[in-house]
Formats: sequence, C-alpha cells, structure tokens
Amino acid sequence: MAKNFSGPAVFLDRSDINTDEIIPARYLTEVTKEALKPYLLEDLKLEGFDPQGEKLARAGVVVARSNFGCGSSREHAAWAFEVNGIHTLIAGSFSRIFRQNMFNCGMLAIELPEADLEKLFALARKGEVTISVDLENSRISAEAAGTKEAIQFAITSFDRALVEAGGWVEFADRRY
Amino acid sequence: MGKTIAEKIFAAHLRDRPFPGTQVLDIDRVFCHEITTPVAVCDLAARGKDRVFDATRIKAVIDHVTPSKDSKTALQAKILRDWARRHGIADFFDVGRNGVCHALFPEKGFIRPGYTVIMGDSHTCTHGAFGAFAAGVGTTDLEVGILKGVCAFRDPKTIRVHLEGVLPPMVFAKDVILYVIGQLGVNGATDKVIEFVGPVINAMSMESRMTVANMAIEAGGTSGICLPDRTTAAYLWPFIGNDYADIDDAVADFRKWHSDADAVYEQEWRFDVSALAPQVTYGYKPDCVKPVTEMAGSAVDQVYIGTCTNGRIEDLRVAAAILKGKKIAERVRGIVSPATPKIFQEALAEGIIETFMSAGFCVTNPTCGACLGMSNGVLAAGEVCVSTSNRNFNGRMGKGGMVHLVSPATAAATAIAGVITDPRTFCTA
Ligand code: SF4
Repeated sequence: MAKNFSGPAVFLDRSDINTDEIIPARYLTEVTKEALKPYLLEDLKLEGFDPQGEKLARAGVVVARSNFGCGSSREHAAWAFEVNGIHTLIAGSFSRIFRQNMFNCGMLAIELPEADLEKLFALARKGEVTISVDLENSRISAEAAGTKEAIQFAITSFDRALVEAGGWVEFADRRY
Repeated sequence: MGKTIAEKIFAAHLRDRPFPGTQVLDIDRVFCHEITTPVAVCDLAARGKDRVFDATRIKAVIDHVTPSKDSKTALQAKILRDWARRHGIADFFDVGRNGVCHALFPEKGFIRPGYTVIMGDSHTCTHGAFGAFAAGVGTTDLEVGILKGVCAFRDPKTIRVHLEGVLPPMVFAKDVILYVIGQLGVNGATDKVIEFVGPVINAMSMESRMTVANMAIEAGGTSGICLPDRTTAAYLWPFIGNDYADIDDAVADFRKWHSDADAVYEQEWRFDVSALAPQVTYGYKPDCVKPVTEMAGSAVDQVYIGTCTNGRIEDLRVAAAILKGKKIAERVRGIVSPATPKIFQEALAEGIIETFMSAGFCVTNPTCGACLGMSNGVLAAGEVCVSTSNRNFNGRMGKGGMVHLVSPATAAATAIAGVITDPRTFCTA
C-alpha cells in the first residue's frame, strides 16, 4: 500500500503533544481506523489551530516540536493521522511508542535537529508551506511563498525497511 | 565490559539483528486488553492469519471498561472474548474475575525475573518491578507479538536512578516517583530503560516497586526495572516454589539478572528521599510536580483512589488508616476502585471497604474506570479531581477536567478536608 509523503503542512508549535490530545480516550471504543477520522487532534488547545479547520483537512504533513506523541500507547493516534491522509510527521523528537507505531504502519516520523526544524517554522511564518519527502535521498523539500528549503534527514535502516515493506506486519511475516 | 540487566535480558532473548542498533527479541508474555487488542485481532483475521504463536504465553483481560457500558464497549469485549475462546487462551479474565491488567497479571504470577513482556498499553513498564524487561507497544507490535512471539527494540540504553535515605512518615513510593519524574522531565528517559536501585527500593514491597516502575513511561522510559531480590522471590514464591529448593536458592538464581558492577549507563541520578515531602502535580504534564504544601487549600470536586499505579491492597490500607472513623467533605465525591477481585476481597476481610463506605466513598468493581475518563467517575468540564493514577493530561479524565496526581495518603487526606491537604496533617506517629 503506497503512502503519500507529501502535501500542505500544518504546524503545531508546541512540545509534548500527547496521544490523549491527538485522539481522546472517549473514541477508543471504535474498532475501525476509519471511524477515528473526525476526531484527529480534537483536544489540542493551541493558538491559531482549529481541529475542525480546513487546513488540517487538506494537510499531508504535520510539523511539531519535541516529544511528540508522548503518553498512551494507543496506535489510534497514528491511525487518526493515517485516515486523514497525513502520512508524514516531522518533529524535534517523538516518544518511542508513537514513533514505532508510525513506522509499524509504514508511515514516516522524521526527527530533525533544532536548527533544521527552525527552518521549517521560519518558512511557516511566510505563508502556507508545502512539503515533499524524497525517501530515497533522505531529503525534505519545503516551499512557502516562493522560498524553498531543502533539508537532509536521517532515519534508521530498520525504520526505512518498515516503510518500504509497508509496515511491521509485512516485514515480520516475511522474516519470522 | 559488563552488562546492565536490560542488556542481559536482551542477550538472552535475541532472535535477530535485522540492522545495526535493532534487536528482535523473543517475547515470554504477550498481555492483551480490550481497548488495543480488538483492532489487532481483526486485522489478523482480515489478513487470513487468525493465529496465535503460543496460547499459553498470551494472557488477556477486559479491564478498561467493565462491565461494558454501551454497545461499542460491549463489542470490544466480545471481540476479545471470542478470540480468547477461539484460540484456547486459558488465562482470559472476564467480568467477575477481571481487574486492572498491571495489578492482575503480577498477582496471578505471570511474571518472572528476566522475562520479556509486551502489551498494547504504555504502563506495561510496571512489570519491570520484577526484574523483567516489560514495554508498552502499539497495536501493530502487539499484532506481530500475538502472531510470531517477537518484538523489535533499539539496543537498550539505561539511566540508573539511585534512591537513597529513608522515606519519612506519610511519604510513599508515589511521592518518590512523582519527584523523580519532576527531575527527569517527561522526555528525560525517552527510548531508555530506567533502572531503579538503592536502599529505598530495597526496602520497598513489590507493590511499592510496581508503583515506581509503573510511572517510568511518564518520563518517556521504555521500561522501569528493579533488580530481583528476596522481596521478589517471596512475592513469587507461591508460583515458583516447585522450581527452587528454597527462597535462598531463588534469590541466588535471580542474581544472574543483576547488572554487572562495570555495566555502562547513559546517565546516573542520585536522590536522597529522607527530607522528601508528599508530592502533587499541578499542570497537564506529569513532570509538573511540587510539594503538596504548596497547593494546600485548593478546592477539589472528586477524589479517585485506584488504578494500576495505586489500587493495590497496600494503597487501600494507607488510605483507610487515614479515613477510619472520619467522613469525607460534603462537596467531594470519593470513588475507590480496588484494582483486582483479590484486592477487593482482602479489603473486605480487613474492614477496609467498610471504612471507605462509612466515610462516604463509592466503591466500584475492579476496573480502570475513571483513570482514562471512560466510565465510573468521568469529570465535567471545569471539575477538579485528586487522583492516585498516573496521568494528568488535559481531558484525561473527561473533557475540560483537571487531574492532580497524588499518593493514596494525600488522596484520603484531601477527601476528608475537601481541599488539597498534606497527609502529614493526619499523621499521629
Ligand atoms: S488504570 Fe489507567 S493507566 Fe492503568 S492501565 Fe488502566 S487506564 Fe491505563
């Protein structure tokens, strides 16, 4: 199942965004991923961010600060992004379980050093940012209001293999 | 070069190193509950792989919402129940025999020092109290665990936390771990194992060690680990009695899991708890911690005692000792959820349930309930709950609600006063 790693980006300028904010526990009674679609980031309170807004609805990428996805192990958080067509998350750092959940679903959780992350946030102050990820060359291209940035990123060989395989179930099933 | 306990457990379970830095481990225990497992087993069925790697190594419980509160939670319970039956999972705990996973599974004797344990639940780190490597995972890791009995981890890096001194009266394991998280920060141990050592840990019961290990994830830790000793062996004795000549024999054997003297740690922290005061959280992150005295007097709507952090018998005893012969404040709703049926029965036998009820508490069946805002005490917007649980995230116990994390002693003292109260106020010793 090919994932789309590009698109308009939504910027969440905060650290420690937890999985209760990404998908509140009251929706964990759902047994399909699709059912989570309307509730993405519903409990996130952040100036200028509207979980029901059209920006999030169009987004293909989300950019945030450090320790993104901390808290509960609920993979529902990764799925809530997935079913909304957001297959790439970029942050200063991720919680272990959330990052693993993203790669396990064949999606990208890219960690950037402070200076590179700042370049993206600076771009966001100019206008809407469109991001595309070139997985093969480990490069992020970002563009806003005619300004472009190209940023190299690093993911582990294992994480890359999971994305290429389409997820951990596919990888593990072949190998073990 | 010496090894840490985590490195020893990894070495003993290594199945594959697909890439440098990644280790795929054989898993001794795969634990399941009804919130994160149904999607995994439905996905396996959809892939035509409705199988389990070893039904004896899989344990399952319905605990988060039980008995089911509506059609959706009933369906989740049914999916888990049907799956457990279909695959002959004998250790499946349903209504009447169920309790909060991280209290129930240790009590049933499912954990051993040196085990690898995964569960689709972030507080799986609790089981590290027994000297196991126990990690919370997502549904996909759980799914592969169920199917293949393996899970992938990065090479384990360890932070060692030395806890020194002697705990003062009315200061408990919960206060210690809240303080430690306040010092490490919510991101301080991300991707790392936290090894808890020192005289304070050595003196703790298994219940208290579980309280400490339970909250390792709140500092980002993959697992919290205590080194297995005589206390561990004594707790497990009913289950390991046939494997060892006597307790000394078990204690000697457990030593193979102890970290070597020349093991290498990422970081070392030292805390002396001798002057530690009862702690409380004040914000929406578990590292926003301060002494209870600094918040004393703030109004509270609900007091919740229970959960995988502090719903064990020793917790109920501490709270009941403070509540005995007293009434909780008119304005406060007190709710207590003994974490397992066994704990409930012990509390009944010891008169603890009577004490709670006479004080004005509502006693619920064993369940996670209010902890994650799904049943049995959900907050309305603007309400404040003082809770013995482990997470104070915005909306955790109900949209717009505020949670302050405390020890059972602080919770009981607060229930009586109706405002946040230092339990030392009630200390006659
Ligand atoms: S008691 Fe709370 S933290 Fe513990 S497993 Fe249940 S929901 Fe999770």
